[in-house]
Amino acid sequence: MTKVSMRVNGKAVTAEVEGRTLLVEALRGPLGLTGTHVGCDTSQCGACVVHVDGKAVKACTMFAAEAEGAEVTTIEGMANADGSLGVIQQAFQDHHGLQCGFCTPGMVMSAAALLKDNPKPSEAEIRHYLEGNICRCTGYHNIVKAIQAASGQDVAIAAE
Amino acid sequence: MYAFDLERPTTLADAIAALKGEDAQALGGGQTLIPTLKQRLAMPAKLVSLAGVDEIKGICRNDAGRLCVGGGTTHGEIAAQSDYPALAALAGRIGDPAVRNRGTIGGSVANNDPSACYPAACLASGATIVTDRGEYAADDFFQGMFTTSLAEGEIVTEVRFPIPEAANYQKFAQPASRFPLVGVFVARFADGVRVAVTGASEGGVFRWSEAETALSSDFSVGALEGLSASAEGLITDLHGSADYRAHLIKVLTGRAVTAAA
Repeated sequence: MTKVSMRVNGKAVTAEVEGRTLLVEALRGPLGLTGTHVGCDTSQCGACVVHVDGKAVKACTMFAAEAEGAEVTTIEGMANADGSLGVIQQAFQDHHGLQCGFCTPGMVMSAAALLKDNPKPSEAEIRHYLEGNICRCTGYHNIVKAIQAASGQDVAIAAE
Repeated sequence: MYAFDLERPTTLADAIAALKGEDAQALGGGQTLIPTLKQRLAMPAKLVSLAGVDEIKGICRNDAGRLCVGGGTTHGEIAAQSDYPALAALAGRIGDPAVRNRGTIGGSVANNDPSACYPAACLASGATIVTDRGEYAADDFFQGMFTTSLAEGEIVTEVRFPIPEAANYQKFAQPASRFPLVGVFVARFADGVRVAVTGASEGGVFRWSEAETALSSDFSVGALEGLSASAEGLITDLHGSADYRAHLIKVLTGRAVTAAA
C-alpha cells in the first residue's frame, strides 16, 4: 500500500491505495465520493468521467497513484457553494437530460470539459464530444439540449 | 487485475532504471494497457508509469523542419497542433475526448495494435521512432501485429515526422470500437507519394506500393483506376471479410487523395 495525496473538489485528501487501485475506486471507496459511477469498467461508457488537472479522464482507466499531487474535480464539486445545482446540472434538470441518472455524473463532467474549451458548441460538436459517454435512457436529445442551454444558446433541435 | 508495484519516476533516467527489473513494463497513458490488465491478459510484476516524465512530452519543430512529438504526448495535444494538420485530424478521431486526454503516441506505437491509427501516419510520413537506445525508421520499426523493434524496457521518447506537402488520413471506423476497420494515410512529398494501410492486414500496418507508384506520377483518383489491393493476408472477422477490406483500401485511398489534393 502507498499513500496518495491529491486535492479533490478543492480539499486536500489522502488515501491508502495499492498500485492497481483505480482512481474511481479510490474516489468511491476510501474517499467516500460515490457520485462518480462505474458503468462498464471497460473505458467505454463514460459514467466515471472526472477532471484531473482540468482535463476530462475516465477514472476507471487511470491508477489512483497517478493522481498524486493532482487537482481532481468530481460531480460532487459541480454544485454551487450554497449547495444549489450548478448551471449544467440545473440545465440537465430543466431539459430532462436524465432519466435513470446513472450516466449523468459523467455526462455533466464531459459537458463541463467541453464548455471550458468551447463555450458555444454547435449541436454537432456536442454530439461528437459525447462520443465516449453512453446513455441508455434519453436517446441523447435532451442531454444535447441541456448542454446548449447551459452554454446560453437557444435550445433548438430539429427532430423532436 | 493481478497485483503489481506501480512506480512513478519523474525523469527518463529513473524510468529507464526502474524498467531494468524483471517483469517490469512501461505504462503510457494506460488506455490500452489498463483494460488489458483488467482482463488479466498481462501480468507485470511492476508497472513504470511514464506520465510524470515531462522530458518526453511536448511538440516542436527541429532544424530539419520535422515535427518532433515526445513519446509521452497525448492524442489531445497532437490534435491541437497545427503544423501537421493530417496528423492532428487523425489524433482528434482516436477514441473519445477523455481517452485522448490520457492516451499517448509513444504507448500507441510501442503497442502496434494492427488497427491503431498512428502506425499508418508514421509509415506514410516516413517518420523516425526515437527511443532511449536509438532511432528506427518506421519502415523497420513496425514488424507485425503487436510486434515492434523495441527490446524489453525500451522507451519511445520521440516520434519525428517529416511534414508532407499534402496528406490525409481516411478511417472507416468500426462503429462500436471506433478503431479503423481499415485506415489509409496518404502523404505526398516532393520525391514521391507514400500510402500506408492499417486495420486491414494480419501482418499489421503496411505500405501499398502499387498505389504509391501510380500516385507518384499522377496524384489523382484516376491514377488508382485499374489497381486493386490484394486480399491475401488481410483480416477476415465478424466485421468484414478480407475481400471487403481490400475493397475499402482502394476506396479510402481514393478519398484520401481527393481530400489531400
